[in-house]
Amino acid sequence: MEIYLPNSAFLGNIDPFLKKIDRSNQAKLKITANKKWISIHPVVLCMVAALGLKVKPENISCEKLEAKSKHYLQRMGLFTLLKIKAERSIIEHEPAGRFIPLTRITNSLELTKFITEIIPLLHLEPERADSIKYVVSELVRNVLEHSKSEQGAIVSAQYYKKSNTIRIGIVDSGVGIKETINNAYPAKTHLEAIRLALTPGITGTTQRIGGTEYNAGAGLFFIKSIAQINREFFMIYSGKAMYKLLKSNPHLKRVILHGDPFQERHSKGEDYPYWSGTVVGVDIALGKTKEFSALLDIIGEVYIKTIKERKKERYRKPKFI
Amino acid sequence: MIKIKIIDITGSFAENKDLARDIRLNKIIPALEKKEEIILNFVGVEGATQSFIHALISDVIRKYGPEALDKISFKNCNEPVRKIITIVIDYMQEG
Repeated sequence: MEIYLPNSAFLGNIDPFLKKIDRSNQAKLKITANKKWISIHPVVLCMVAALGLKVKPENISCEKLEAKSKHYLQRMGLFTLLKIKAERSIIEHEPAGRFIPLTRITNSLELTKFITEIIPLLHLEPERADSIKYVVSELVRNVLEHSKSEQGAIVSAQYYKKSNTIRIGIVDSGVGIKETINNAYPAKTHLEAIRLALTPGITGTTQRIGGTEYNAGAGLFFIKSIAQINREFFMIYSGKAMYKLLKSNPHLKRVILHGDPFQERHSKGEDYPYWSGTVVGVDIALGKTKEFSALLDIIGEVYIKTIKERKKERYRKPKFI
Repeated sequence: MIKIKIIDITGSFAENKDLARDIRLNKIIPALEKKEEIILNFVGVEGATQSFIHALISDVIRKYGPEALDKISFKNCNEPVRKIITIVIDYMQEG
């Protein structure tokens, strides 16, 4: 496998990075990078880590990084997690620079501990922390419950001062969305499976409206909606398909949510290199983040409306003969 | 009447669905079987996920019907927690 870290890969321009991932020869991983600058979303790092964890450390080669920002990879814990040597020692900072280094979460207790620790690390005020805790908890629990990933979830986050944004990546190398959704719905393609997974009330555990005692099919819809109401990016990639929620028009007074993710402003594709597992990237802008409570009003309204519509679709019709 | 202080079990962010299921199976359902009233006290709980609340009460509504809610009270919920509980109870009654 080969993965190239470009000079810039954030959710808005991540597509070329995804398309360049070479998944051939899965016993080896070669990491290459732009010579001048590496500026990447945490989800990119999570993907590199997820690929690297499938390969023996001695089979990972990282070319001599020349970019000035190469220390970022070390600070985010990439070399430590993959158990490979960085090319030169870099002064380690305390992890208080408003970032969450790459972390592997394999069970529920680790997740609870992680959520307790991330808010002080990101230096967030409590009222700004609700959305972050919510997003991380729901996404990682999805991985732990559905992905069957031996590595668990790989998580990372970073605060960007210029945009006043927290960017979060959560990646697994499990079975992917299509296999999970296919337990209950016959999605033929990876993109169809992603569409279903983002639709309110649809879970891979049952076709029953309201879900099971444990799953309602709300998690991904809520997270996509949190990004959407805040006019930020949300990206999900699984199998050969990628769906990206694009930023809403800033001139619109109110963002309108839909139950069907394809009705939102988005881009999508089904011709990406096969990713076995699921990749989720989400941005949360702190300055314009609506209060979490206000978000819930809008999300709840659309969720219930969509459930009602789905229920109505299943009504038996009278047979007039 | 039984009183359950959620923060003692989950901490200030209620997100662990395994704990929610334990509360439901070991405390809420036995109390309902005995026709006892239940108070779920969310004092000190700053936030909760929809998944947690779903794992806590959805199966109660499914098994005992919405009438079970006559026996359950949610105390000291802040606004976001109150809204998440309302969303879950609403969609369970729609389903």
